[in-house]
This record gives sequence, C-alpha cells and structure tokens, in this order.
Amino acid sequence: MDDLLQISRLTKQFGGLVAVSDVSFSVREGEILSIIGPNGAGKSTLFKLASSFLRPTAGEVRFRGERISGLAPHVVARRGVVRTFQETTIFKGMTVRENVIIAHQLRANASLLGYYFASSVARRDEAEFGRSADEILAFLGLDGIRNDPAVTLPHGHLRALGIAIGLATNPTVLLLDEPFAGMNHDETMRAVEIVLGVRRRGVTVLLVEHDMPAVMQISDRIVVLNFGEKIAEGTPAEIQQNQKVIEAYLGVEDESIGI
Amino acid sequence: MSSTSKLFSALAFLLVTLVAVPWLITVTRRLDLYYTLTSVALLAIASGGVWLTFYIGRINIGQAAFALMGGYVSAILVVTYGVPFWLTLPLAGLFCAVASILIGLPILRLRGVYFAMVTLVLTEVARLLALALPVTNGAKGLVNIPLPGSTTLFGVTLIPDFATLANPRLTFYLISVVLMVICYAGLYRLVHSRVGRLCLSLQQNEELASSIGVNVAYLRVVIYAVSSLLGGLGGAMFVAISQSIYPSSFTITDSINFMLNCFLGGLGYVFGPILGTFLLYFGWDLLFQTGRLQLLIFSSVLIALMLILPNGLLSLRLFRRSKG
Ligand SMILES: Nc1ncnc2c1ncn2[C@@H]1O[C@H](COP(=O)(O)OP(=O)(O)O)[C@@H](O)[C@H]1O
Ligand SMILES: [Mg+2]
Repeated sequence: MDDLLQISRLTKQFGGLVAVSDVSFSVREGEILSIIGPNGAGKSTLFKLASSFLRPTAGEVRFRGERISGLAPHVVARRGVVRTFQETTIFKGMTVRENVIIAHQLRANASLLGYYFASSVARRDEAEFGRSADEILAFLGLDGIRNDPAVTLPHGHLRALGIAIGLATNPTVLLLDEPFAGMNHDETMRAVEIVLGVRRRGVTVLLVEHDMPAVMQISDRIVVLNFGEKIAEGTPAEIQQNQKVIEAYLGVEDESIGI
Repeated sequence: MSSTSKLFSALAFLLVTLVAVPWLITVTRRLDLYYTLTSVALLAIASGGVWLTFYIGRINIGQAAFALMGGYVSAILVVTYGVPFWLTLPLAGLFCAVASILIGLPILRLRGVYFAMVTLVLTEVARLLALALPVTNGAKGLVNIPLPGSTTLFGVTLIPDFATLANPRLTFYLISVVLMVICYAGLYRLVHSRVGRLCLSLQQNEELASSIGVNVAYLRVVIYAVSSLLGGLGGAMFVAISQSIYPSSFTITDSINFMLNCFLGGLGYVFGPILGTFLLYFGWDLLFQTGRLQLLIFSSVLIALMLILPNGLLSLRLFRRSKG
C-alpha cells in the first residue's frame, strides 16, 4: 500500500509548552488510521498540523510526496486533504442542504463574477452541487431534514452534517476530529457505519477519537500519543497489548481502552 | 416572495420615489426636502457598503474614509483637471476600490473589535491626510466646484447640463435615487447568488469556510473593495451636489452613522440600510427642536430600538407574518 500522507518529525511548541514532539508516521491509501491518547496529549494539535491549520515548529507533512505544511488551508484542501472539526462546526445560519451545497466550493469551476452573472459554467456548477448534495444527504440518512436550519439539529445529526460537509469537498484524505464525541451507544454505532461507508467511497480516513471501543472496531491502524510524543503504533490488537499504552491510560479506567 | 411580487414591490418603490415624492414636494412647496432625500439616497449607498462588510462578518466603522476619498478624487479631477463629473464618478469609485484592496489586505486579517477599531482610525487618518496633502487644499477645502455638465450617449442626452436646469435639485434627486436603486439591485443580486452564500460562510465560520476550499482572504478583499466602491460613489455624488468638500465633510460621526443605519434597518436584510438611513436622517432632523437634548434622546431611542429589535426594524415584518 502507498503512503498517502507522511508526517515526519513534526513538532509544535506553544511558548514553552511542547504540544507535539517529534512525531512521525504515515497514512496509507484507503485505510482508517486513528490517533488516540489521553486529554491534552496533542491530538488536536497534530490534527491541525496535518491539515495545515497550524504551522509546525519543526518537521513537515507531505501529501503524495509533496510538502503541504505551511500552505494555506484552502490550498491544502484543494489538494485533497480536508478536515472536519472537533467543535460542532457547521454554518449555523444555513439549512442542512445549504451547508452541503456551499461545501462544494472545492469543485467550483466558475469565478465569483461567473456566479454573480450566472454564467453557463456557474449554472452547471450549481446544478451539479445540488445533485451531489442530495446524494450525500441520502447517503448519510439526512435527506429527511435537508431543509431544517442547521442550528436546530440534535447532536448525532450535527456530526453527520459535519461529515457531509467533508464529503462534499470530494477529499482524498478526510480528517475527522472526534466524530463520536458526546454520542450515546446507538448514535456511535450509526456514526461508525457512516465512517466505514466513507472509506468504502474510496476516501482515506484519519481520525482522532476518545471512544476506545469504537476506535478498536473501526481502525486499521492506531497511533498513540502521550504528552505530545508517539508512544505506539500498530493494529488495534497490537495496541491493546502494548505495555506503554496501558501505562499511559492507567489511572483513567481500564475499560476505556477497550481491554 | 414570488418573483412577480418582487417585481411589483420594485415598481412600487420606483413609482413612489420617482413620481409620487416629486409630486408631493411640488404640491406642498417643500423644495428643501429634495436636498434631504437626495442625501438619504447617497448616504444609503455608502451604508450599503458597510452592510456588505457586516455580511462577511466585519464591523466597518471606516466608510467615511472612502466617502471622503471618493469625494476628493472626483472634486480634484473636476476642478484641477477639468474631467467631466460623470466620468469622475466611476473613477472615484474605482480609486476607492483599489485603495481599499491595499488597505484591506493587511487589516482584514483582524476580526471583531480589532477590525472595527482599525477602520475607525482609518476615518481619522483620511481626515488628517485631507488636511495635509497639497492637492486637497487643506482645511480650506475645494469650493465652487462646477455643477455636472451634460452627458450624451450616441447623440442622446442622458443627463442635461445642470447649470442650464430650472430645477437642478429635482434632477439631482432623481439621479441619486436611480443610482441608489442600481447599487442596491447589484447588492441584491450579490446576496442572492452563490457569492452571497460564500460571504455568509465567512460570517458564520471562517475556519470552516477555508477548510472547504473558500479562498477566504481573496473573498474578504473583493467584498471590502465593493463596499468601499459604494462609499466612494456616495461620497463623490454628495460632493457634486454640495459643490464643495472639506476634510470635515465626512468624519467619524458619519462612519458611525453608516454603521447605525445598518443596525437599525437590520443586518439580515439587504434593503435594511435604506430604511435605516431614512429613519436616522429624519429622526435626527425631527429632534432638532429639542435643542440640547437632541443627542440624548436620539441615542436613547437607538439603544432602546437595538435592545427591543436586535435584528433591525425589517425583522418586524417577518414577526408579523409568523404570528399571522
Ligand atoms: N493554541 C494553543 N496555544 C497554547 N497552547 C495550546 C494551544 N492549543 C493546544 N495547546 C496545548 O497543547 C496541549 C495539547 O492540546 P491538544 O492538542 O488540544 O490535546 P488533545 O486534543 O489531545 O486533548 C495542551 O496542553 C493544550 O493546552
Ligand atoms: Mg482535542
């Protein structure tokens, strides 16, 4: 399998605090790779580095061999590396469908002037975005609420909408920050199905997650962070046996890593 | 609204402003109202620009700087270089748009109160520049600016020479209203096109917008340029009517008023600033009789209105509808 995304010796300091310290690993095409670790381990920071929302203090991120760290987020997104956010990040003043339609911007062929004057390219774009949005909403089971204002959605639907927004960009790699956070068991199981479905669409998934059973069930491989450092990498089975990982999570609760 | 009722509303607005109002003014002999209403139309154009920056999530208290800039560009071109006014009008708008791109590139990174403060300072910088630069003639300003000449297209006189008109005030009024309608038609189209939704994506979440591929920095600058263009057009037209411009022609008070016009009408309604400008302008004049209390009453009413109707006066209409 090919390495799609290479994280090499990535370090991020905030003042004196080293949030991510000399972390290296690769994401392979078509896999689901999860980053886990206790609170404050640096997962979200690593995530922002990978999607170029933060500049690394040292090290770099390469996508298909080309350096992407330091590029503007929308440029990185255009290359195919797209993130959704930990916070329930959606466009709150729009309906569900409007959210997904606007998220097609990466596929836009028309210019601002084109959209303004409704050029033929713009009209083709908009028809295509509408069609694709409906397809994505149906895929995620959101078609029943497509015209609801996004603010009124319950938690589970919000996450699904976040993923719908991510899918609309037609990503090669989708980075999901805690897609199962705050969900009950049923909601999590449905979300797991969605993420598996996303991968079936040919999208490589990199996710940060707290919910250990879900991570163990869904991931091909797992990277474990503790105090900003990578302490383990391997298949779910390997991670569950890893002594360092067990120690890092000791004092939390044993079942929280799904042993 | 369906498209027929939209068309009907637009026609009704034109009929009222271009026919009914002049007729009423003639009947009541209140010719002074022409000047007031012309001012409202032009200030509404500048306010529309401020409204647009609100639409991308920026509080803009710097529009007076561009109104002043537009006014000076037009006045200098007319007075010093003898360029016909109707040519200086688009040039003034364009000049402001280009200037705002240069200014906007660094300052549009700022958000919230920081952007607001910088734009406020910008207004003051513009005034100080107007005082200091040789071309602006300092505090004495530019006066006795000739009235706009005629403009023809393919031999047809579109706008007559103002100096030959029996009633230039009516013509100024009509032209200003038409200019306002054109500007707001442009804004309306912008808001209802995909560009408008891209603007909203910035207003609602810039980070997410950039992660879905919106070129946030570019869109911000484009919108700010359009906003400043409107400020420049309004300012240039204003100067043509008053036939004079001073560094104090547009000040921080105007910048704040442009912003208040938007609040008052409603930030969610593209035509909000027209209503806001109209009410604020007339409200201020009506309170003139109260003398020293004018500002106190004015401010209190504004604060009360914003507390009671945080989404502006036009939200009343929706409220009534959802109740009924
Ligand atoms: N913007 C920031 N400025 C300063 N410190 C930060 C910033 N972002 C994160 N940190 C710190 O970096 C560490 C790692 O945070 P984070 O990546 O959010 O961890 P996780 O997502 O694993 O809980 C924490 O100690 C956090 O306080
Ligand atoms: Mg986190």
